[in-house]
Amino acid sequence: MYEHDVLVIGGGGAGLRAAIAAHEEGADVAIVTKLHPVRSHTGAAEGGINAALRDADSWEDHAYDTMKGSDFLGDAPAIETFAKNAPDEVINLEHWGMPFSREDDGRVSQRPFGGLSFPRTTYAGAETGHHMLHTMYEQVVKRGIEVYDEWYVSRLAVTDHDDPEDRVCHGCVAYDIKTGEIAGFKADGGVILATGGLGQAFDHTTNAVANTGDGPAMAYRAGVPVEDMEMIQFHPTTLPSTGVLISEGVRGEGGILYNDEGERLMFEYGYANNEGELASRDVVARAELTEVNEGRGIDDEYVHLDMRHLGEERILDRLENILHLAEDFEGVDGLEEPMPVKPGQHYAMGGIEVDENGETCINGLYAAGECACVSMHGANRLGGNALPELLVFGARAGYHAGGRDLGEAQIDTGPSAMSEEEDVDTPVSPGAVGVGDEDVAADGALVEPSEVIDHHVSAEEQRVTDLLEKDDGVNHAEVRADVQETMTENVNVFREEGNLKEALEDIRVARERYQDVYVRDPSRTFNTDLIHTIETRNVIDVAEAITLGALAREEFRGAHWRKEHQERKDDEWIKHTMLAWNDGNPKLYYKPVVLEGEDKTYEPKERSY
Amino acid sequence: MSTEVKEQETETEAETEPAESPHQTRRMEQKRQRAAQRDLEEEAREEIDDAEETVEIKVFRFDPEVAGKEEPRFDTFHVPFFKGMTVLDALIYARDHYDSSLTFRHSCRQAICGSDALFVNGTQRLGCKTQIADLEDHLNSTIRIEPLPHAEVVKDLVVDMEHFYDQMEAVEPFFDADELPDGDLEEQRQDRENREKIKMSTRCIWCGACMSSCNIAAGDNEYLGPAAINKAYRFAMDEREGENRKQQRLNIIEQEHGVWRCQTQFSCTEVCPKDIPLTDHIQELKREAVKNNLKFW
Repeated sequence: MYEHDVLVIGGGGAGLRAAIAAHEEGADVAIVTKLHPVRSHTGAAEGGINAALRDADSWEDHAYDTMKGSDFLGDAPAIETFAKNAPDEVINLEHWGMPFSREDDGRVSQRPFGGLSFPRTTYAGAETGHHMLHTMYEQVVKRGIEVYDEWYVSRLAVTDHDDPEDRVCHGCVAYDIKTGEIAGFKADGGVILATGGLGQAFDHTTNAVANTGDGPAMAYRAGVPVEDMEMIQFHPTTLPSTGVLISEGVRGEGGILYNDEGERLMFEYGYANNEGELASRDVVARAELTEVNEGRGIDDEYVHLDMRHLGEERILDRLENILHLAEDFEGVDGLEEPMPVKPGQHYAMGGIEVDENGETCINGLYAAGECACVSMHGANRLGGNALPELLVFGARAGYHAGGRDLGEAQIDTGPSAMSEEEDVDTPVSPGAVGVGDEDVAADGALVEPSEVIDHHVSAEEQRVTDLLEKDDGVNHAEVRADVQETMTENVNVFREEGNLKEALEDIRVARERYQDVYVRDPSRTFNTDLIHTIETRNVIDVAEAITLGALAREEFRGAHWRKEHQERKDDEWIKHTMLAWNDGNPKLYYKPVVLEGEDKTYEPKERSY
Repeated sequence: MSTEVKEQETETEAETEPAESPHQTRRMEQKRQRAAQRDLEEEAREEIDDAEETVEIKVFRFDPEVAGKEEPRFDTFHVPFFKGMTVLDALIYARDHYDSSLTFRHSCRQAICGSDALFVNGTQRLGCKTQIADLEDHLNSTIRIEPLPHAEVVKDLVVDMEHFYDQMEAVEPFFDADELPDGDLEEQRQDRENREKIKMSTRCIWCGACMSSCNIAAGDNEYLGPAAINKAYRFAMDEREGENRKQQRLNIIEQEHGVWRCQTQFSCTEVCPKDIPLTDHIQELKREAVKNNLKFW
C-alpha cells in the first residue's frame, strides 16, 4: 500500500494546480494519473484564460458575465469566488514563466471572447492550454512532487455507511498499466478527483480518447450526487471529420460564420443581432445547426468560418496553431479558404457535486476542474472560463485538503440539500444490472481505513481477474460505439422526449451487454484492452446520467434545449438537477440555485446577445 | 442476463417500475438483438468489401508474457481507406475490428499530447498527424509501423519513456525568477520580440521523436538529447529567467554529455512534428556557453 497525505487523481490542469497548492501547505502530495501529466487534455485548450486584470475591468463584471452566461443556473458563491481569485491565478502562472502573448508594453495581452463585457481573455497564441499545462508541470517537477504516471485509478476506497454523507474516502485503488500491479493508495488528508472531461460518451467530440468520465462515474457510484449532467456544451466550431477544436479565438479576433448562400448567418437570420459570431457558444451552435436543418448548410453538414480578412500577419501572430490544425486534420488552408465547422461535444458543465472548497458530501473526497460541478458554469460555460476555473478551484481543493482554513462553504452538498424529489417517467429502469455492479457494499461493517482500502483492492483484483480470465464474450469497443452513437443521435444540441427515451433504452441494452464483456488480451503488461474495458463502464454511467437529466429538465436553458419546452421557465426551473446512484437505483432530485451573492442578488434576465 | 429473466422482472415490478407496454417490450427486444448482432470483425469484412480503396499496415508486435509474442513479429492488417485517414486512425481501426490486444499510446488525436510518436516507413512521425495519403504509394505498398527506435519496447508500439523523461528533467526545466514584481497583480514584463524568440522552443510536446532519431543519443545513453537541450534553450533565452538558475542550467548543458555532443546532423529537426528548429537551438546554446565562459575568464 502506498501512503501520502493527499492524493490527486489526474495530472491535467486541475490536478497539477491542486498538487502544487497542497504542497504549499506542507502536505506530502502525490499525483496518480492514467496519462503522463503532459499528455493531459488541458494541453488541447486553445483560446484563453479569463481574468479581470485591468483597472477598467472588475471581478464583479466578470462574475455577472459568468452568471448571465450560465443562464442563471450558476451558484453565486461559486461564481464570485471564481471571479475574485482568477486574476491572482493568472499572475501566478506568469510568475511561473508561462509564455503569454504580450502587448507592446510587455504586459500580458487580453482579447475579446464570447459573452464577455470586457476583453479579458489572456492567452498564449492559440495554444494556451499547452503552455499552461507545461508551465504547471514544470513547477511540479521543481517541487519534487511525486507522480505515479500511467497508473489507472479504477475505484475509490470509501466506507460503506448507509448515508453517503456519513461515508469517508480513505484513498483509492490503482492499476499500474505497465506492470499490471494493483495497489491501494491511502491518503488521510484527502483524495482530489481531477479527471477532466467525459466527451467519450459522444462520438463527435473535441475531447481526447482518455476523457471517459472516470471521476464522475467513480464518485457517483461511491455515493456522491452528480449535478446538472444534462448541461453539455457543444462547441460551435469543430472540424467536421475529426471533431478537432477550432478556437473561439478565431471569432474573438474577428472571424466570420457564413452559410451555404454566403450569408453572415448570425445577423442575417437574427440569431444574435448585437454580438453576432461572439454570442454565447450555445447560441452559435444552435444557429449553425438550424442553418443546416433549413437547408442552408454546406454539404448538408457544416458552415464556414472565415478568417482570411484578418490578414496573414495577424493570423500568424495570434492564431498560427489554427492554420496547422485546419491543414493537418481537414486539409484546408485557412489563409486561402474558409474552414468548415460544425458543433461538437466539448465540455461538461455538470459533474461531481462540490462546494467552493472542492469538497463533496463524502468526507475526504474532493473534485476540481471539468469533472466537478461547483456550480459556476450552470447551463452554459463561457469560452475562456474553464482554464481559470481549474486554477481557482484546483488550488482551493489542494489548499483545503492540505489543511488551510478557507472558511465555511456557502454551497450545500449531499442528499440532505434536496429540495424536491423527481419521479421522471423512464421507459426502462436505469442503474445497476445484476450483482456486484456497485462500488459500495452498504452493509455498514467497514470503517477502519486500511480495511476499507484492502476490501476495495480485493474487489478490484477480482474484477480484473474475471475480465482477463473470461475466454469469450463481448468486445467493449462494440458497446462503447453503441453508446456514443445513440448519444450523438439522440442527446445532442436539439433534444426531444422520444429521442431521449430511445437513448435510455439503448444505454440499458449497452449495460446488459457490458455484463458479458471480456478482455481478449490476457497480458498484465500494458493492457490497454483492459483499461478501455473498465473505462467503458464509466462511459455508460455518465451517458445515462446525462440522458436522465436531459429528460427530467422540461425547459430550455443555456445549452439544454427541449423541443416540447422551448422556453426558459424561471418559476419552476431555477434549480439544479441532481442524480444519486443510491446503491444502484438512481434517484433524481433537485436542489435550489443560489442567486444571492456577497453584496447582491442576481436577478434572472433574458439572455440575449 | 437472459431475456426471459428480464421480462419476468418487468412483470413483477410493474406496479412500481415504469411499465413496459407490449410495444415497448418488443422494441427493447429488437434493440437487444440488434446490439448483440454488432460484431466489429464482421463489420470490417463488409466495410472492406464496400471500400473503394484499402490499405495494408504491417505492425510490430511484442509482449514479454504472451505465448507467440515473446519473440517480436509483424502482423498485417487490411483496413478500408477513407479520405483524411491518419496512421493512428488505421491503428485504431485494426485494434477495434481485428485484435483488441494491439497496443499503442494515443489520446488527443490532434498532435498536442505527444503520445503517439511512431516509426512509420522508417521515419519518426506522430501517428495522428501523418496522413496515409501523404505516404508514398500508400495504396499499393504496405505501411510499416514500428515503435520508436533506440528505446526499450514495453509492448507492441509502446516504448519505455522513462529515460526521455529523466533527461528532460535533468536540465532543471522550470522557471526561477530572481525577483518578482511585488505590486498587486503585477506581471513581469516581457518584450514581444523576446516572446517571439522562445516561441518555437515552447511548442515541444515531449513526444520523443527527436531523441529517437538522434545517432548521438543512440550511442551515448547519457547524452541529454535534443528535446532536453531545447527545453534548456526555452529558459536560457527567456529574458524573465533568473541569473542564478540560468547559470546553473548552462553548466548542466555544457557538461560532457551536453550540447558539445551534437554533431549538427539535423535529424532531430527533420522529424520534429512541431517544426522546432532544434539543431539551431543547440547551436545557439553552444555559443551562449562560450560567451558565458569568456565572461568568467
